[in-house]
Amino acid sequence: MKVVDKVCGMELESTGTFITEFGGSRYEFCSATCKEKFDAEPDKYIKPRSQSATYRVNKSGIERVEIPILGMDCASCATTIEKNVNLLDGVVAANVNYGSEKLYLDYDPNLLAVEHVVEAVKQSGYKVGRAELDLGIHGMHCASCVTEIESELFTSSGILSASVDLAGESAHVTYIPSAVQIDQIKKVITDLGYEVTDSVSPGTDDGKDQQDENQLAREREYKTLLRKFIFAGIISLPVMFFSYPELWGLPRQFQRGSETLQWIWVAMSVISLPVMFWSGSQFFTGAWAAFKNHSANMHTLIATGISAAWLYSSTAAFFPQIFPSQELADQFFDVISVVVALVVLGMALEIRAKGKSSEAIKKLIGLQPKTARVVRNGEEMDLPVEEVVLDDVIVVRPGEKIPVDGVIVEGSSSVDESMITGEPIPIEKHENDEVIGATINKTGSFKFKATKVGKDTALAQIIKMVQQAQSSKAPIQRIVDKVAGYFVPAVIIIAILSFVTWYDFGPQPNLIYSLIVFVTVLIIACPCALGLATPISLMVGVGKGAENGILIRSGEALESAQKLDVVVLDKTGTITAGKPVVTDVVTADGLDVRTILTFAASVERGSEHPLGEAILEEAKNKKLKLMETQDFNAVPGHGVEADVDGHRILLGNIKFMLQQNLDPGELIQKGSKLADNGKTPMFVAIDKKVAGIIAVADTVKEDSKEAIARLKKLGLEVVMLTGDNKRTADAIAREVNVDRVLAEVLPEDKAFNVQKLQLEGKRVAMVGDGINDAPALAQADIGFAIGSGTDVAIEASDITLIKGSLNGVVTAIQISRATMRNIRQNLFGAFFYNGLGLPIAAGVLYPFFGVLLSPMLAGAAMAFSSVTVVTNANRLRRLKLNK
Amino acid sequence: MATDQIIVTLSGITLAVIVGWYFWFSEKKVTRLATVEGGVQEALIKVKGGYSPDVILVDAGRPVRLNFLREETAACSEQVLFPDFGKQATLTPFKNVPVEFTPDKPGTYEFQCAMGMLRGKLIVQ
Repeated sequence: MKVVDKVCGMELESTGTFITEFGGSRYEFCSATCKEKFDAEPDKYIKPRSQSATYRVNKSGIERVEIPILGMDCASCATTIEKNVNLLDGVVAANVNYGSEKLYLDYDPNLLAVEHVVEAVKQSGYKVGRAELDLGIHGMHCASCVTEIESELFTSSGILSASVDLAGESAHVTYIPSAVQIDQIKKVITDLGYEVTDSVSPGTDDGKDQQDENQLAREREYKTLLRKFIFAGIISLPVMFFSYPELWGLPRQFQRGSETLQWIWVAMSVISLPVMFWSGSQFFTGAWAAFKNHSANMHTLIATGISAAWLYSSTAAFFPQIFPSQELADQFFDVISVVVALVVLGMALEIRAKGKSSEAIKKLIGLQPKTARVVRNGEEMDLPVEEVVLDDVIVVRPGEKIPVDGVIVEGSSSVDESMITGEPIPIEKHENDEVIGATINKTGSFKFKATKVGKDTALAQIIKMVQQAQSSKAPIQRIVDKVAGYFVPAVIIIAILSFVTWYDFGPQPNLIYSLIVFVTVLIIACPCALGLATPISLMVGVGKGAENGILIRSGEALESAQKLDVVVLDKTGTITAGKPVVTDVVTADGLDVRTILTFAASVERGSEHPLGEAILEEAKNKKLKLMETQDFNAVPGHGVEADVDGHRILLGNIKFMLQQNLDPGELIQKGSKLADNGKTPMFVAIDKKVAGIIAVADTVKEDSKEAIARLKKLGLEVVMLTGDNKRTADAIAREVNVDRVLAEVLPEDKAFNVQKLQLEGKRVAMVGDGINDAPALAQADIGFAIGSGTDVAIEASDITLIKGSLNGVVTAIQISRATMRNIRQNLFGAFFYNGLGLPIAAGVLYPFFGVLLSPMLAGAAMAFSSVTVVTNANRLRRLKLNK
Repeated sequence: MATDQIIVTLSGITLAVIVGWYFWFSEKKVTRLATVEGGVQEALIKVKGGYSPDVILVDAGRPVRLNFLREETAACSEQVLFPDFGKQATLTPFKNVPVEFTPDKPGTYEFQCAMGMLRGKLIVQ
């Protein structure tokens, strides 16, 4: 037996002299030296099972694995995890390093599977940084292939679990992304001789491919329909020509009753067949499929109509003698080809128009980035965006698309977020600011940490919400649904009864009139216009909202938003920015603003109190240099004090000053004036002398006032709701021109206050941040949640405004009103058309005016009624959202 | 009234009644879904001018996977909507497109194409 020396690489005949057992295998060496070398550092000589060696096998068959842990926010978390993992059988040593956020585990693979460890980590309340992957596998024939692939995957480093499905020709793999890349996983399978196709599921890219494929299918269908139209149109010309010999003044031999014409009719009968069964094939297949399901649709109507016309006409062409009178032996081949041509053209135009209606969602899907430049193990690598996992650090250069949601960890830039928020002006982003995936980095380079990936990203959620809303039904649709269920069979019954009526009471030749009326009624009825009216406008309206950073949850929300009476605005975070800033600095004589701010900020150094943060922020903006502090002391409810640069500094409210027996002098009036304006005055004392006031307030967002004025212009009553005291609330209300203020409302009473307004008989919209206001949002007829950054799917809300501006409420109401107006136009049009068209086709005008609708005109009307509905809906896309 | 008129009248009325009965009142075939591995109730629904099967019986509280296979390119059936479950799918022609959800409450729910011309029923027990 030949063996290979692992150390020197020499091939030798087995002698059994220099042998070592390691990790369950036997290794043989050429000499004692090689054996010694190997025994000292076996890892060095045994090729790791794959390039990224997170698994190591040591001498006693114990495996070592590193598992990244997510969600650890304190060092004690590490202990908890360690304790729980150590309880498992087969664990030799478990070490969690809080710094690297990894679990270093030595375990006996015979006793324990990594899955159990993952479970234990989960039970301790943390997540393992793992990712899941679905792959398609081809070339598997039997169950043993499954076992082979599974066991090979399972023993590969970085893979936690793998299950292969023979019937589905797929594999589901859980893996640790920092340890192994998808390519490596694929390689394991291809190395075994199987073919791997790309991810069978998730992957955002997949959706896009589907989208493209559907787009192609639609294109093909459009082209086919156009060809069908052209064919039917060409056939129509000679058929029309010979159908009206007296109209064109044709010679005698082409007039009614001549033998030549009879033969031409026979030819027309034959040539109509390809028109019906090729150009009009969809009518027959559609009608038959529906018939099998006991239902009927537009195809049923057209198919029945043209079949009746063809049967009658062909009988007249082939067997004119069976008719009792010569005038009964007439033909309608012109109706067949013209109606087929027109309806097919209508269908083609409809496809075109509908493609435009769904453009908004297509645009959103098209926004999805493809790759990300991820830093892993200190190296930058381009990865498909599906492989990005939580906490990956990603580099973004100027002009590039930000691949996923995250927080900037290094660098700063301005980012164009218009595609997500609708905000046209790029936003400055610095360290710790949130970035949204699919937005575009304009100027600088930065690194950010991924906080949301895959289907959790803002974009993925937006797409999901828009799709959901587009598939929901507006309540107005329910009426249509009721009608639609009865419509087509009812039309067939009307056609039959019209036939009978004309046969019994109509003028001679009664059979001809009956047949014309029968066919016209069937053809003029347009269930499509009725069925399209609501959903197509809803689709365009919801899409229009998404383009403007407004996510409408459902058709119901869209419909309710048009008929509101009152808009209740939460103050903090809705009207105001929700973050206090320094608004005024008042100084006593002889002191300057910078000195006071420097002292105050130095005292507040490291403060997490919102007021303190505001002062620190102001100091940072003014580029003040903070000083060392000593003897810090906080007096709860009053203020703080500390020694700064040899001075004793006190910072707090008026009570604090008085308690310390300090005399604020005239500053006391200035303070109370500031408080009247809704600001919080903080007094600063330097060495027992009151030196100034720093006023802090939550400022009104710059466009709140304008938005409130616009809401009022829409005829809505605007109410402000806040937990703040009346004085502050009134001050803000004055600033933004809100008439009705509900102040000092406890958070749990917000919903109750909304209900009180509803009991006044008003339809109430509530606007809030969606976190503290969830019950009130849910109570309101419409809840608007003002989103912040990447939290777009706010459960309690009916409408989410991605951009934090109140103007979004106005825009949403405008879109809702415009969409509902559009739907009503469509429905009116569709009902009016059918309601008027059907009786006219049935011939109600004949007794009075002697006019009867031509089936060909009916065909034209029907073909363009549904195109009109779609075109009208598309008008919404150009809706001007006037400011 | 002449004989031919009586015949036409009677056959017309009969035909109208048959049409009404067939489309509105006749019993539709109900398909109960088979349960496959993992407790998923699964079925293949062919889409061609309609859904077949179009009346589907499932158990409440267990996941349902309906695999739609659109065997036509006519634009009508391009989308399938489950308005009560907020689900929609764009059906790529001649490709299996699964729609998955778990109905919790018993009842009768409709599914349909974007325009509501093609319809099906999901009966949840």
